[in-house]
Amino acid sequence: MIVAEQKPLKEIQSLVGEAQTVLIVGCGTCVTVCFAGGEKEAGILGSLLRMSARMEGHEKSIGEVTVQRQCEWEYLDAIGDRIAEADIVLSLGCGVGVQALAERYPDAIVIPGLDTKFMGLPLEQGVWAERCAACGQCILGLTGGICPIARCSKQLLNGPCGGSSKGKCEVNPEIECAWQLIYDKLNAQGRLDLIMEITPPKDWRTGRDGGPRKIVRQDLRLVVTEEA
Amino acid sequence: MSELNGYKSGSNLEKVLRAGHFAVTAELGPPKNADGEVVRKKAGILKGFVDAANITDNQTAIVRMSSIGAGVIAFQSGLEPVMQMTCRDRNRLGMQSDLLGGYALGMRNILCLSGDHQTFGNHPQSKNVHDIDSLQLVQMVVGLRDKASLQCGEEIKGLNPRFFVGAAENPFGDPFDWRPYRLGKKAKAGADFIQTQLIYNVPRFREFMKRVVDLGVHKQVYILAGVGPLKTPGAARYMRDQVPGMDVPDEIVARMEAAGKGIEDRKQKAAAFKEEGLRICVELIQQMREIEGIAGVHIMAIEWEEAVPIIMERAGLLPRPVP
Ligand code: SF4
Ligand code: SF4
Repeated sequence: MIVAEQKPLKEIQSLVGEAQTVLIVGCGTCVTVCFAGGEKEAGILGSLLRMSARMEGHEKSIGEVTVQRQCEWEYLDAIGDRIAEADIVLSLGCGVGVQALAERYPDAIVIPGLDTKFMGLPLEQGVWAERCAACGQCILGLTGGICPIARCSKQLLNGPCGGSSKGKCEVNPEIECAWQLIYDKLNAQGRLDLIMEITPPKDWRTGRDGGPRKIVRQDLRLVVTEEA
Repeated sequence: MSELNGYKSGSNLEKVLRAGHFAVTAELGPPKNADGEVVRKKAGILKGFVDAANITDNQTAIVRMSSIGAGVIAFQSGLEPVMQMTCRDRNRLGMQSDLLGGYALGMRNILCLSGDHQTFGNHPQSKNVHDIDSLQLVQMVVGLRDKASLQCGEEIKGLNPRFFVGAAENPFGDPFDWRPYRLGKKAKAGADFIQTQLIYNVPRFREFMKRVVDLGVHKQVYILAGVGPLKTPGAARYMRDQVPGMDVPDEIVARMEAAGKGIEDRKQKAAAFKEEGLRICVELIQQMREIEGIAGVHIMAIEWEEAVPIIMERAGLLPRPVP
């Protein structure tokens, strides 16, 4: 899932600024699961903003609505009227959700209430960790299912570096050394031959380095365009 | 290749190693400013006492004069540089253009490194690159030399850079069992020489080298053991406790501590610590010479270049061969 965290209240307030009518839009998917921008969080943030506005002596009209999936335009159609009434739309979706809103409603002023962090998973209640950096050419088959792009601090393809110590990364003892994990896994499975050979440099074009990415699946398209 | 008389690069370091001499390299840290005089001075101290000196590349992720810039000054001062290059600060374009430029300016040795993570240094907010890793960098520099081709496969028309290619290895990094194989991977990538991380735990290093020798890697690549004089017991403790991947046994720390016992005068105490640090370093060199597969030592006397001539003298490694 996409893991995000709510921005500090101060920052949200300064983004909201003088706006009178604020619509908070939560999202029912990833950010609900990571307790950052679901219905519950939208409600709490709404109360906080109302309370602090009142304490500062001005009234703001703050509404909340949560859509099932903010990152798809069709899920946003139902809230058109609410958006039209708002001076500002405070999205509690991930960065994709914020942009989907801004694209679907070009006249609306949309601001982010979350900081989108990474693609990852919950390790335990309240703890999430990064797992994939969407490099566009998955190599997990070579590395025992442990991603060195997202999980090695230096993205080494032929690790580990000299700083790997007692299973921890040199950067911070909180970080597990991805290459220790890869070694342990492949060793336990008797598959160390996978990393005996030198992995050649990666073609980063499949990642962000090739420019913003897009996938076109002709087999799924409703309007098929003739391409030369 | 003919003009190099069968040498890969023709560097002094390569010649010394090929001739079978016990090679010695040292380290020269460029200043955190633009003062070339600092480099000239340090080069003057090391010149004639070592076969080549590594010019560090933003070591510990702190901005310093570039390895090429300082390397050229060292070269002009009569000290053969080993240009260091990390994968942290440049992508393959930047690296290759610096390799071409460095070679044109007289660089003949290179050491390929991953680079300390930028969060350790003075620009922790920066982006890192890591377009390629240190093993792939070795392959790339070897490709420039042996295939006269750029990393992309394009042929180099005209003079191609011919470096003597080095890599680093930390025998004490984890996983310990994997390190000899990783060293083997570096040899396979085409590395000509290896400089190791600082060694204080000799028994553990012997164990590592035994495995390296069993794999036959010492026959494919010259291995220079990293040694360095400790200045104070505090430095020893710091390395033991704080530096990831360093192994400083308690007895080394205890020796450093004992050296200052009973000395009141601060200056005398500092001198006694340094003296013990030098003594340990010379002993380490003697021990390294006995280990099968070791072709030389790399002396890291960080911000203490003056120590190098003393160590060389006491270790009986002078005068240096002129191959
Ligand atoms: S290799 Fe690429 S696609 Fe696969 S998990 Fe890692 S970053 Fe994601
Ligand atoms: S210690 Fe491990 S995870 Fe950290 S940079 Fe080195 S190889 Fe990567």
